[in-house]
Amino acid sequence: MSSTHTGTSASGLTGGPLGGAAMRFASMPVIWRLLSLAIFFTIWEIAGRSNFNWAFPSFSRTLVAFFEMVGDGSLASAYLKTIEPLGIGLVISLGIGITAGVMMGLRRDVEWLSLPIFITMQAAPMAALIPLITYVYGIGLTSKVLAVVMLAMPVITINSYKAVRNVPNSAVDMCKSFMGTRRQQVFKIILPAASPMMFAGIRLGVAEGFSGVVLAELLITPTGIGDLITYNRSIAQYPHMYAVITSIVVFAVVAVTLLHRLELTLFRPEKRGNL
Amino acid sequence: MTMAKSLSAASASRADSRDAVIQVSGLHKVYGNSVTALENIDLSFMRGQLTSLLGPSGCGKTTLLKIIAGLLEPTSGEVLVNGKPVRGPGPERAFVFQDFALMPWATVLRNAAFGLEVRGTPKAEREDRARHYIKEVGLAGFEDKYPHELSGGMRQRVGLARALAVNADVLLMDEPFSAVDEQTRRKFQEDLIRLREVEKKTFILVTHSIEEAVYLSDRIVLLSPRPGRVAEIIEPDIDRNVDPDMIRREPAYLDLIDDIWRGLRHYVE
Repeated sequence: MSSTHTGTSASGLTGGPLGGAAMRFASMPVIWRLLSLAIFFTIWEIAGRSNFNWAFPSFSRTLVAFFEMVGDGSLASAYLKTIEPLGIGLVISLGIGITAGVMMGLRRDVEWLSLPIFITMQAAPMAALIPLITYVYGIGLTSKVLAVVMLAMPVITINSYKAVRNVPNSAVDMCKSFMGTRRQQVFKIILPAASPMMFAGIRLGVAEGFSGVVLAELLITPTGIGDLITYNRSIAQYPHMYAVITSIVVFAVVAVTLLHRLELTLFRPEKRGNL
Repeated sequence: MTMAKSLSAASASRADSRDAVIQVSGLHKVYGNSVTALENIDLSFMRGQLTSLLGPSGCGKTTLLKIIAGLLEPTSGEVLVNGKPVRGPGPERAFVFQDFALMPWATVLRNAAFGLEVRGTPKAEREDRARHYIKEVGLAGFEDKYPHELSGGMRQRVGLARALAVNADVLLMDEPFSAVDEQTRRKFQEDLIRLREVEKKTFILVTHSIEEAVYLSDRIVLLSPRPGRVAEIIEPDIDRNVDPDMIRREPAYLDLIDDIWRGLRHYVE
């Protein structure tokens, strides 16, 4: 698991590592973006045609395989299956993760009680625990949802907690000095001030959630995307396998980027001009 | 105003009990169990005066200001505002922060109106008041800008407008000019003198700049460090109705700066 949750600056005002890079890419002129992608795909094409590895397909063959799977509907039905545990898992992770993180940031007693759990969860290699989940919850949806939650929730929680802790004292004092109630301090100052770092954690958490669901589909039972990858590998249809893998990577990147845009539109009016 | 001035000049000590907005008596502040930040502070702050709390770092001047603001609890002793003991922040006091404490996600207008927003003033009314004070501090035209679009000096003007907008009797300013550059600071100090004439409020200013204290204050409270005690109270006899630049050349101004420096020097060495 990545340790990039501390990557945001102490001021808590930056967009975070992932979002920052994605945004920088998005803000480049279209021609440069296209050129950068074109170069990447050309290298892929050349590497594929050079036959350095018989299991590595060229970009064009992968693209053909991709449209083939789009055409016969296998990709769409796989995504529909994968999105179920991913969606449920992310909703649970966001709900519990943000609440727990904010509460730990606001209250010492909650911090003492639950911080060690989340630190352990974040440090532990969660993939190793997936077989354990299967023992307890079997091979159904519950296990897959749990896999997503286990990967996504710790980073969301810990970032929310740190974001709340990093809110400058003077901002809270300011609200107090104008006789703001505790409620006003939390909703008018602490949460808006914490939101950039919280969102950085949410983006990382969502990215982890994607890892979680793919791991679950590869390790627990092959369904959805995991199934498509495993199946195409087993029958040596490598262009198809690469097409599925590339599509999930692109899907995750797009999801995380959209999340960053949502954050800017909803919470950062001062940065909206940069979109 | 002029009457009060001559009165305090004639009998500074007796005026203490007469028209004090804030009275501090027997104040102690101990951090943890060992660090004594303030020891036995007795002070009165006169209505309509600008009093500076001046001293080297570690003398507890910000601590004292925050106790007066109700943001910190004293270990013992009492602060009275208009005769009533302080139990926390109140409507008669407004705070100006060293780091401005603006909300980066809010416009200048919303920042300046924030004190009123927290108090539940209706939107139209609080924005009217905020607009008035934004103009007063010289930021007209910047209402819809965000803090990151402003310079440090302009940000602090927003902080000042926010404090003025709640119409408090006392403005508590914690090193308000320390985070802005020298030129901006001078302009800001000149504007503050003018603003005092218009607003007729009581100011308590924490500063570590001797020049600033002498330039602005009716009364300077010198604090000595570790533990913070009142070392001396000085009432500069400087006419501030002249051209702002003239003040900085007045012999009385320059001599007093020298005197205070001589008094403070041994704390620094």
